[in-house]
Amino acid sequence: MTGPVKLTRRAFLGSLGAGLAIAVMPRVAAAGESSGLAPHVLVHIALDGTTTILCHRSEMGQGIRSSLPVLIADELGADMKRVVVKQADGDKKYGDQNTDGSSSFRKQYDADRRAGAAARMMLIAAAAKQWKVPPQTCTTKNHLVIHTPTKRTLAFADVVAAASRLPVPDAKDIVLRPVSELERVADRNLPVLDGAAIVTGTAQFGADVTLPGMLVAVIARPPAVGGKVARYDAARARAVPGVTQIVEMPVPKPPWLFQPWGGIAVVAENTWAAMKGRAALAITWDHGDNASFNSAAFREELLASVRAPGTVHRDVGNVDAAFARAAKTVEAEYVVPHLSHLQMEPLVAIARVADGRAEIWAPTQNPQANRADVAKLLGIPEDRVTIHVTLLGGGFGRKSKSDFVNEAAFLAKQTGRPVRVQWTREDDVRHGYYNAANAQRLRAALDDKGTVTAWHHRTALTPIGGTFDGKKDTPSVEDLQQGVTDLALAAPNVRAEGCRAPLHTRVGWYRSVYNIFHAFAVGSFIDELAHARGTDPRDTWLDVIGPPRTLTLADLGVAKLPNYGESLDKHPVDAGRLRRVIERVTEMAGWSNRKGRALGLAAHRSFVAYTAVVISVVPDPVRVFRIDDAWITIDAGTVVNQERVHAQLEGGLVMGISNALYGGVTMTNGATDQSNYRDARVARMRDVPRRIHTDIIASTAPPSGVGEPPTPPAGAALANALFALTGKRLREIPLARALAI
Amino acid sequence: MKIKINGVEKTVDVDPEMPLLWVIRDVLGLTGTKYGCGEALCGSCTVHLDGKAVRSCVTPVRRADGHAVTTIEGLSPDGSHPLQQAWVELRTPQCGYCQAGQIMAAAALLAVTPKPTDAEIDRSMAGNLCRCGTYTRIRAAVKKAAGVPDDGGGT
Repeated sequence: MTGPVKLTRRAFLGSLGAGLAIAVMPRVAAAGESSGLAPHVLVHIALDGTTTILCHRSEMGQGIRSSLPVLIADELGADMKRVVVKQADGDKKYGDQNTDGSSSFRKQYDADRRAGAAARMMLIAAAAKQWKVPPQTCTTKNHLVIHTPTKRTLAFADVVAAASRLPVPDAKDIVLRPVSELERVADRNLPVLDGAAIVTGTAQFGADVTLPGMLVAVIARPPAVGGKVARYDAARARAVPGVTQIVEMPVPKPPWLFQPWGGIAVVAENTWAAMKGRAALAITWDHGDNASFNSAAFREELLASVRAPGTVHRDVGNVDAAFARAAKTVEAEYVVPHLSHLQMEPLVAIARVADGRAEIWAPTQNPQANRADVAKLLGIPEDRVTIHVTLLGGGFGRKSKSDFVNEAAFLAKQTGRPVRVQWTREDDVRHGYYNAANAQRLRAALDDKGTVTAWHHRTALTPIGGTFDGKKDTPSVEDLQQGVTDLALAAPNVRAEGCRAPLHTRVGWYRSVYNIFHAFAVGSFIDELAHARGTDPRDTWLDVIGPPRTLTLADLGVAKLPNYGESLDKHPVDAGRLRRVIERVTEMAGWSNRKGRALGLAAHRSFVAYTAVVISVVPDPVRVFRIDDAWITIDAGTVVNQERVHAQLEGGLVMGISNALYGGVTMTNGATDQSNYRDARVARMRDVPRRIHTDIIASTAPPSGVGEPPTPPAGAALANALFALTGKRLREIPLARALAI
Repeated sequence: MKIKINGVEKTVDVDPEMPLLWVIRDVLGLTGTKYGCGEALCGSCTVHLDGKAVRSCVTPVRRADGHAVTTIEGLSPDGSHPLQQAWVELRTPQCGYCQAGQIMAAAALLAVTPKPTDAEIDRSMAGNLCRCGTYTRIRAAVKKAAGVPDDGGGT
């Protein structure tokens, strides 16, 4: 895969007229490319005042395109009607673009504001010079510079040229507005930027990109990770009308990373022909080392793993001594299988490789990683690779991986034509970077008053690191941050252990990742403790967490806490904030007056945000239960777009319900058993709460994550509500299996 | 084969078994209709065939020969269908991928049941998946477009 790219004449000609078919994105000059004011890579103000703001993070439903430009425009004092939002290509000059880890505002809130502030300061400096007044007496609003004492105004367009000749302020000199002046950030009902395009079918997702001369590829990939093609019938596939080429994909070698999966690609003039061609390949597979992997046996292996000591990553007091003198012990095991992302848009990527350059269009969460990967794959410098980011039809972590983009780049090079690699739904289900499979064992020691004197937690999860190094088979102290080591506990004796869980498939990030099963187990177990003690679950939660306080590493009993890349000074482990979301959500739900209702409560800290959920279930003659109401409270610190945060609370809660009810893919002889929404189920309209009551705690604390934190507590809240309704404790996901629904 | 698509008659020369979805997307270049599952399990590809909602991913194009097909692009000339307006107003979409199919399914429902109950909405929309979980807003938007009062839930 190294060496110069050989160009065919056809490929070269094919590159002429590039981009003509891609007219949906606004045709404006990129920031910094034309005359006008370009104080920052994300902001450009043209001579007529038209302001272009680049959205450098990927839009996958979380609302970043409706939020990030608004924050920059607010800081700038721009009129949103004069703002054009353009999606940034993948380029390090834009800063971190990996749209993952609920990090867009958490990590870049200040930096994004500074982009707007730099432009504002330059416009003000130019106007102040013209007015001969001190810049400090001026402000901006609605695309005007205003001299506050005299109320004189100048339109941005009137001062752009002069401003563009001024020096860009040094980072240290940039002054942010008082937060109280951020008017749109205070707006509770901001529009969805792409709303009109979405409802008219003009919004551009990955597969909607068309290039002149483009072919479509569908790939038959090995059913088991590590498998390869033994033989296949190229002639039969080639005989399908419309099929143009059959291409053998490179065989990946461990560690898997984001290498293409191997197999055989069928390239055709349209999607249908490629699918029919693939069906005709009649491949015999050599299934490789994972052919003996079976989920049922692996479940037992994980449970055995948590029944034996693991590596201790959290240790406070003396757990063994506390259990030895306990008046009562409570113990439970929980199992959560691999989960498939099942985003509505199957993976897809378009590549054109010509003239020593590669151009990619993809619904990707991580365009800079794609750029590096494609450059490496093709053996060309990164600056000859362009990654255009389309809208994502859902991501949830799946589109953080470059495998599908690499496939497209490889095939465009091999065929000498622009290629769209189209994954089918079956491909998407069978060839996932699934969420880790997990088993946990929780034990608590109680004294004769019911006080929890010791807490013992073991977790066996298939660590994502194994996908990258091919070796890692036991969770590290870093892995346990997600709901095990950052859990505020009042108990004076605490031990948490990571237990072995070797992976036999590709594992990767999935919305809220390990928090899903840790929140499910901890949230269920606290409810079990409440029933074992005969105390109210809400009071039990508050007892287990303990009084409001921030916890140091020593308090937690851990050597280190990655804390999602945040310092503990800025984002401490705050028991008070966790208590507060519990208090708020139970107050909203009328918890104290719940007699006759079946309510379940759970709470969780993740991505340095705090979320609590109450779910109310009622009996249903056919489906055992339905959810009539759900309440969710988040403390995510400072929030930029309240409306989209409410939407994330609704959607994240539903995904948590979906995970708990239906989540799980299984493997037989190394191959995924499920293939489509028939057996890889997700929540439908009937499964979701009739009413979702969302609540954001007003805060000026630094921004926390929002996209992922609503999901983790939902599973335990549902299981606890079902216990309240049926008296049956469900400790294994998917809950639908035990409920037979 | 002749298909009247969004009011315009088009002639297509393709395998008659090719699913209507791929004719719409790959041959006619209308990309608002989405591929989600290929087996009529998710509803992302919903279009109207002579006014009735069909899953275009499992509808062979021969079934549309001589018939009228409406896609999201043709639901209204300018995005002014009451459902489109309600969808924007209630900020229903998150990622947006399934929403064309959701709207086309809802439009077919309202065409025959202008004032649907919650149960009727649930039944009609049961085959349309939304992984972002916008279901409560979808239900509210359908009711808003229909002029049916919404208590944020109902039974």
